[in-house]
Amino acid sequence: MQVYLDNAATTKMDKAVADIMQTYFLDKFANPSSIHRQGEEVYNDVEKAKARVAKTLNANPKNLIFTGSASEANNFIIKGIARANKDKGKHIIVSEIEHPCVLGPAKELTKEGFKISYAPVDKKGRIKISELKKMISDDTLLVSIMTANNEIGTIQDIKKIAKLVKKSGAYFHTDAVQAVPYLEIDIKDLGVDFLTLSAHKFHGPKGVGMAYIDRSIKINPLISGGEQNDGLRAGTLDVAGIIGFSKALELAYRNRDKKIAKIKELRDYFLNEIRKNIKDVYLNGHEKFRLENNLNLRFNGVEGEAILMDLSNQGICVSTGSACSAKNLRTSYVLQALKIDSKYLNSNVRFSLSKNTTKAELDYIVKRLIETVKRLRSFSPIK
Amino acid sequence: MALNYTKKTLNHFLKPKNIGEIKNADAYAEIGNMVCGDQLNFTIKVEKGKIKDVKFLSFGCASNIATASIMTEKVKGMSLEDAKNYDWNKIVSDLGGLPQQKVHCSIMAVEGLKKVINSYEDKNGAKKELKKDVKKKITKKKTK
Repeated sequence: MQVYLDNAATTKMDKAVADIMQTYFLDKFANPSSIHRQGEEVYNDVEKAKARVAKTLNANPKNLIFTGSASEANNFIIKGIARANKDKGKHIIVSEIEHPCVLGPAKELTKEGFKISYAPVDKKGRIKISELKKMISDDTLLVSIMTANNEIGTIQDIKKIAKLVKKSGAYFHTDAVQAVPYLEIDIKDLGVDFLTLSAHKFHGPKGVGMAYIDRSIKINPLISGGEQNDGLRAGTLDVAGIIGFSKALELAYRNRDKKIAKIKELRDYFLNEIRKNIKDVYLNGHEKFRLENNLNLRFNGVEGEAILMDLSNQGICVSTGSACSAKNLRTSYVLQALKIDSKYLNSNVRFSLSKNTTKAELDYIVKRLIETVKRLRSFSPIK
Repeated sequence: MALNYTKKTLNHFLKPKNIGEIKNADAYAEIGNMVCGDQLNFTIKVEKGKIKDVKFLSFGCASNIATASIMTEKVKGMSLEDAKNYDWNKIVSDLGGLPQQKVHCSIMAVEGLKKVINSYEDKNGAKKELKKDVKKKITKKKTK
């Protein structure tokens, strides 16, 4: 049996998305920047797709810029805002559990004279809002806090944080890549200035990100040399990608409540079965403010990469934040931020479900997992 | 990043040899990696200056388990002297290669083996001899 339980890494594309994209590879292939009939037709299709995305997100379509990835979108926003508004402030705040594609550009900006502060989280991954408040100064230009964490699934109160940040006069960005469809994204209601999404996290294509930017705020392009997106992101539009993004988002929010309820029910069942059958298992992250598809568990006495490899050998795909799984041999900084005892830091496994996950798959994993943990614990020196 | 473990590595991980602890072992040693947090515990039984038996426990990744498994298999029956100088490169080649970031696992395995042999020698009065040996090596290097 093949079971894919790594949906926080990426998801399987919906057939309907692949189908509609194919049209734009094979038939409607013209460049939307061309002014001939075929180009015009494609251009109009892109505009329609954008309008549909904007409607779902309650945003002005003019404020949506499609990029080659969420990493690009985050780089664009963070570097673009910083470089265009140096006169306004040179202090940036990011949370300590941001994705590397937020931390990376922020760190890069220190070479350009920016000061970066890292907003701490509590033991369950929630931003310590009072600490964040203390960090904000007159010099703070931008605050970036992710909507939901990719490793532990902890959800932040973005509306509250955005309000706090905006009140201080700073701009606010949220990386909402993990949030679709688990949270409603109403940009006006959230009150954010900038927001990032990624199509492949909700059964859309890889290689398509989206930056929502408040166009009344100055921003520098990351990629220049073309008139596309009013010069804010040069490059021929990824027509199939944008159409695919739009379709995937539409499908993601269709029957959303029912879908999420099913995923949550399965996830809770899965956790319950694991706890019933395996001793010394602990949940990383928050019980309540948590994405419905995320389960990050600690199996005391065994190493995460070993669990992953053992399961992988049995057709099961999961993820781990253990040091052994990382190229740089460093334990996940997200788990470190939770102040977990260092002897438990490498014993975690992330299971992330999707709408495609079935009970039969989870039953299979539980069975394999019991054996795997039992085997590895049988020769572990840590009891 | 794909690790692309070899079939041999996976086999040693899934069906490791020499796991456990020797009862009434002649020596015991524990080794840990400060960076990645992995741990190996070794026990040995020595007879006539040779490793009669060696077993290990592991808290570690697939490669940690596989490297200890294949090494213990190879050093059984070997003289303590040869086992102490067991080359980690040999583990890597015996496994058909290891991903770059996993090579340190093989180094940890040989370090653990050295530690358990040293512990045996310390206990059995071979300490002086050992020191002499090290000195000899150093002077050898210097003269080269």
